[in-house]
Amino acid sequence: MERRDFLKQSVFASGMALIPSFIKGMEFLSPEQLSGYRNVIIIQLSGGNDGLNTIIPISNDIYHNSRPSIAKKEVQTLKITNDLAFNDYLKAIKELYDLGEVSIINNVGYPNPSRSHFRSTDIWQTASDTNEYLSTGWVGRYLDANCQHPYQAIEVDNSLSLAMKGNLMNGIAVPDPNQLHKTTREPFFKNLVANTQKEMLDEDNQGYLYKTMLETYSSASYIYETSKIYTTNTEYPRNPFAKNLKTIADFIISGLKTRVYYSSLGGFDSHVNQLNSQDRLLKMYSESLGALVKDLKKNNRFKDTLILTFSEFGRRVRQNGSQGTDHGAANNVMIIGGSLKNAGIYNELPDLNDLDDNGDIKYTIDFRSIYATILNNWLEINDQNILNTNFKKLEFI
Amino acid sequence: MNTSLSDKQIQHLYWRTGFGITSNELKTTRKFTKNQIIDRLFLENQKASPLHMNFGALSKSPKNLSREERKEARKLRIQKMNELNFLWFSRLLNTDQILREKMTLFFHDHFAVRLRTPRACIHLNNVIRKHALGNFGDMLIEVSKSPAMLLFLNNRQNRKDHPNENFARELMELFTLGRDNKYNENDIKEAARAFTGWNFNKEGQFIVKKNHHDYGEKTLLGRTGNFTGEDILKILLEEKQTALYITQKLYSYLVNETIDKNRVEKLAKVFYDSNYNLEILLREILSSNWFYDSKNIGNKIKSPIELMVGLSRTFHIQYEDPKVLLYLQRKLNQILFFPPNVAGWTGGKAWIDNSTLMLRLKLASVTLNSGVIEWQDENDNPENKMMRQEMNKAVKSKFQKKVKATPDWKRFLTSIEQKGKSNLISFILQPELSEMARGVVSQLNEDDTKNFIIELLSLPEYQLC
Repeated sequence: MERRDFLKQSVFASGMALIPSFIKGMEFLSPEQLSGYRNVIIIQLSGGNDGLNTIIPISNDIYHNSRPSIAKKEVQTLKITNDLAFNDYLKAIKELYDLGEVSIINNVGYPNPSRSHFRSTDIWQTASDTNEYLSTGWVGRYLDANCQHPYQAIEVDNSLSLAMKGNLMNGIAVPDPNQLHKTTREPFFKNLVANTQKEMLDEDNQGYLYKTMLETYSSASYIYETSKIYTTNTEYPRNPFAKNLKTIADFIISGLKTRVYYSSLGGFDSHVNQLNSQDRLLKMYSESLGALVKDLKKNNRFKDTLILTFSEFGRRVRQNGSQGTDHGAANNVMIIGGSLKNAGIYNELPDLNDLDDNGDIKYTIDFRSIYATILNNWLEINDQNILNTNFKKLEFI
Repeated sequence: MNTSLSDKQIQHLYWRTGFGITSNELKTTRKFTKNQIIDRLFLENQKASPLHMNFGALSKSPKNLSREERKEARKLRIQKMNELNFLWFSRLLNTDQILREKMTLFFHDHFAVRLRTPRACIHLNNVIRKHALGNFGDMLIEVSKSPAMLLFLNNRQNRKDHPNENFARELMELFTLGRDNKYNENDIKEAARAFTGWNFNKEGQFIVKKNHHDYGEKTLLGRTGNFTGEDILKILLEEKQTALYITQKLYSYLVNETIDKNRVEKLAKVFYDSNYNLEILLREILSSNWFYDSKNIGNKIKSPIELMVGLSRTFHIQYEDPKVLLYLQRKLNQILFFPPNVAGWTGGKAWIDNSTLMLRLKLASVTLNSGVIEWQDENDNPENKMMRQEMNKAVKSKFQKKVKATPDWKRFLTSIEQKGKSNLISFILQPELSEMARGVVSQLNEDDTKNFIIELLSLPEYQLC
């Protein structure tokens, strides 16, 4: 069945009557509105992905000398230029790259880098300075400033990352729209929500609890009802990360009015025997992303999608004593999208001759410049409101 | 000021200084005046008993281990961290020393350390417990010298030639003066030099490595001298700002997140003049009249630990499988011995997002009734009702297998004094009922006391204390 017909038959004809009254109006997009509704998918590779073995400075002797047993040989890579190559488990990404749909930004980091997973993750998620502890995330502040509904930022995961928490509004964590919907079907809570109106709520903690409950309910029903519109038949790899991306594809193609999607893939903390573990994860990442992009293209939504992949830090240039690498600093970031302005290698490669005191790559691009670019150039909103500082905009989009 | 307290006020005192109160305790406590209740509280909490654990193979020095043994040790450390978590959790469930444990929790968050070294973690926890009702200055000094803190904030890497500022920065920003109060970047650099060489030996004893220590002159907060680390701590304690910062934090923990500036300044003066005596500060707060003002009652979002421990203590819940407790802590974003970072848990509204809230609201039905809230919709037809009952049965058996928590309903039900609606509401819920809750409660049937109570515990009001 065509999407349009399905809409007519199911939602307009019967489904609407079932949607609770507190969902005002039709908050999903008609096919005409759908095209051009831009969104961002943010993917965190948790644990600190080794960027040097992901996008490899293959001609650099320092790279090979610093990593006698874990450096990739040329035959184990997919050539980009004479100096740079993808890890050969990134086949799907390489294909996108050749189509001009990938931009690689090197040496992304921040001043005085923290090498703690937790701290550095917080720094990336809150867009703070190293010595600044913020309790709101950058996507959360985007919700505060620019959105009306929590579901405009969805994390496809069990719990909500700090990135998604704002002062006034939090994003919604949805591991599975059916599951979320099910938890809200508890008759006792349903009755309580039916008794609750926004106007009744105070600004105090009690009001906040009821407000969150109300938002959970309205978002859960909205996401559940709307995402029923489309279920993909594109084949995805069988792993939990791919399942999350598939959920995101269903949401985007169904026409959820969501601007930001968030998900993560963990396990990149490769202190020991890095080659096997990282390659396996990169394969998972690449194949899952390949399926997602294919799905979006098929439904003409890839041109409206921008995918940012980052990790909380890169890893040390020199390998350690156990065929692994320790926590490092600056790293590469991948931008994938159907409407890139500047595809390819965005800036200079890491300078392995000029490392910091720990032997880590120095940053030349502040990660918040990437956020600022996405907010300003892609979502077309005032980035300074959200990042509190005017970061230089880049040219990738 | 030697007045008596209402039941609600006694419950308030016990929620803020502990994890709520049982009916039996309430019956006993009611006979006393306010000051007597507070005296009893301090009497019960006088002696600190440390947590104990057998570390087995972990006591060996890692240098003498083979590769295989080292791998085993890594596994064992993770296992011991989980055991440690359960050890403290059990203490919280069963202790009579609620105030001491509650203050230990406060400083566990204040001196937040996140490590995978169980011996260092239990040691720090016991240091904090020992001083929790004693002297903050003594606690600060002993914590600063503990292996856990030396490890966590990299003071072992802090050497004359390569100062590491991590500890010095957090010391001022988080442990004493508070962010951006009185100190600047240069003070951090100078203080870091004073802590160079601070380390510990194989036995976990504090030592100063003389060849790593910078004996030169340092300037801190306008004072100059050949300061040692101890001197820096003393100087920071001499700052009234430190007393103010700690008092503010404790006020928002015990009284209200909205700070009453005048009141806190007065309290901070008492604290400072007592040379940082925590018991004196606590007595000042708890014996005041304003502590029991209705605007300070039932307005605080319980931390996940307060919520879980409070519920478990009230209903005498036994947990068969410690993993369940760990799972719940993880899902609710507060794992004992595992704060998110050196700044501790954000707390307050930050505990709540859509997924944590739904689990929190379901927690009572999960632990007390195998996941079921037996709510009947009046408008449901008999078929639906039957279907629901069948579904509930299925849910129950599924949860029973998973959660393995057993409440002692009999003990609870025989101890409560009056089973009337309003009595139960007042005993179970600290805040006044919201309009929404009143609407729902009016439809509830109190004849089935057990279900009525589970329904009350499933209201957002139970999330507050």
